[in-house]
Amino acid sequence: MKLIKLAVVTSILIGLSGCSTLSGSKSDTDTMNGSDVVVEDRNAESSGMGGDSTASGSEFGEGAETQVIVGEGQYEGEGMLDDPNSPLANRIIYFEYDSSAVRAEDVATLEAHAAYLGEHINVTVRLVGHTDDRGAREYNLALGERRALAIRQILMLQGASVQQFEVTSFGEERPAVDGIDETARQQNRRVEINYIGR
Amino acid sequence: MTKRWLTLIWLTLFLSWQAQAELVIEITGGSESALPIAIVPFGSEGFSAPEDISKIITNDLARSGRFAPLAKQDLISSPHQKSEINFQDWRLLRSEGLLVGKISSLDGETYNVQFQLFDVYKGQQLAGKRYQVPASGLRRLAHQIADQVYQTLTGEVGVFSTRLAFVSVIRNADGSKRFALQVSDSDGANPRTVLQSKQPILSPSWASDGERLAYVSFENGKAEVFVQEMRSGRRNSVAAFKGLNSAPAWSPDGKQLALTLSKSGNPEIYTLELATGKLTRVTHNSQAIDTEAVWMPNGKELLFTSDRGGRPQVYKIAASGGRAKRMTYEGSYNTSADVSPDGQMMTMVHSINGKFYIAVQDLNTGALLILTETGKDESPSFAPNGRMILYATEQNGKGVLAAVSVDGQIQQRLGESDRGVREPAWSPIRK
Repeated sequence: MKLIKLAVVTSILIGLSGCSTLSGSKSDTDTMNGSDVVVEDRNAESSGMGGDSTASGSEFGEGAETQVIVGEGQYEGEGMLDDPNSPLANRIIYFEYDSSAVRAEDVATLEAHAAYLGEHINVTVRLVGHTDDRGAREYNLALGERRALAIRQILMLQGASVQQFEVTSFGEERPAVDGIDETARQQNRRVEINYIGR
Repeated sequence: MTKRWLTLIWLTLFLSWQAQAELVIEITGGSESALPIAIVPFGSEGFSAPEDISKIITNDLARSGRFAPLAKQDLISSPHQKSEINFQDWRLLRSEGLLVGKISSLDGETYNVQFQLFDVYKGQQLAGKRYQVPASGLRRLAHQIADQVYQTLTGEVGVFSTRLAFVSVIRNADGSKRFALQVSDSDGANPRTVLQSKQPILSPSWASDGERLAYVSFENGKAEVFVQEMRSGRRNSVAAFKGLNSAPAWSPDGKQLALTLSKSGNPEIYTLELATGKLTRVTHNSQAIDTEAVWMPNGKELLFTSDRGGRPQVYKIAASGGRAKRMTYEGSYNTSADVSPDGQMMTMVHSINGKFYIAVQDLNTGALLILTETGKDESPSFAPNGRMILYATEQNGKGVLAAVSVDGQIQQRLGESDRGVREPAWSPIRK
């Protein structure tokens, strides 16, 4: 395989040459489980005319999220996943407006990921679809999923298998960058390929 | 339409909440046919009431666009009951309605409030009531009085004592965001947070009893649908299948939700019976995105968004399934439909040249009317009396709520000072 080239990697993930999107979304998912939803103001609607008491005022006062850093260890023989020069370091696929078609320039990247997944059948990835801010949020949620599924389809056609994937969509809710010009929007229409446990 | 911008009124609402939640309501347009009404500041016998009841009523009526309250300095006297009114004098002001009232309290905790609405020309009382409420109930009472004035003079149901649900977004210093599902009074005042999360919250939908909200939360890393009781705060996950779980909409009887699920591998509309958990698949188009279902008031049909024709358009289908009928033909992009309470009209997001506007379409004739001009408008929601449409838009790059009358004549904005708001849903009338 043309892709097999072992690289000496000391600093993983964090050192992924500016691939902050990857580490950013990692900490998001890692802090997602359970505890960060608070139902409050339980009695606000409770006692008829006099019952609309005001909220406590503390809801946005908490500190910043704890930074979670994962993937410091190295899997034997899997250094290429962490090689900034490998096509596998490229983990964001971009799309045209309202489209889920993969662009020609991303074909090589996807071939590399497919080959890697085909050779490492225990490795799983989460494909996270996103859209730009235009259009209905619910429609965009579905469009983001469609993009992620389109990527999964291509990866599966080239050797990965269905159980290696989790597919999810955030629609327009988690833009990579803020802004409504075409440069920003282009960066937001994307699927992120997140290796799970890495 | 040029007159629309002449009326520019800024009203700052005093909130007992946080400074950052202070709301500003800006009425950016008004109807030329608005009914003049004289609202005399309520008599308070020397003490200072915790809420300015007549001001809340004045703001409500002005915001509806149906009324043009007279300016305070134009009021010729300050009567608080019938015996103090000289109808002859008031007739000169050409205001048909005259609202007077009093507020008093013996202990500073319980308040006695009374109002009387008069027909100035006939010199007759049209409505009048007396109330006893705690201080915390005064604002709500003011909205109820405004509802009675509205109903008495227009013959239509007032919606000032209803509530709005919406999602607030606050940006932390490190760039991360927090999301809060909030419920406010109909004027945007007094917002209460009913849910907060680090993950996005979307698509709140009121049950017809006004006691439950369904919404989408990403708290578990993907879109799932929850139902939350407003009184208790108790919440249940009602759809957390593989794939998307989104776009909840209550059936008129409050027993079912229409939902979008992609557990089949593609987003499809389903109905979910809440008591039994029984799921019924409504759409079967495995190539298309089908989402954003809403119920027709008959409880038998749904409107939904689908791109089965290539671009997203609004379709109608029986809730039991079957053939879908395309409803929108004008424009390349029509989404996010909501149906008026009488079932005669729908509102939706209508796109022209990459801009997004709120439009209404007559469901019988198909006639389309574009109501807004901002170009980045979304999530329209009918007021429960069908007169106004609440929607989300952007101002200076930040999400704000706005409302427009169904004829497009009256526009208003409900903006928060330092956070973005979006995804509004107007509550039903509290029974």
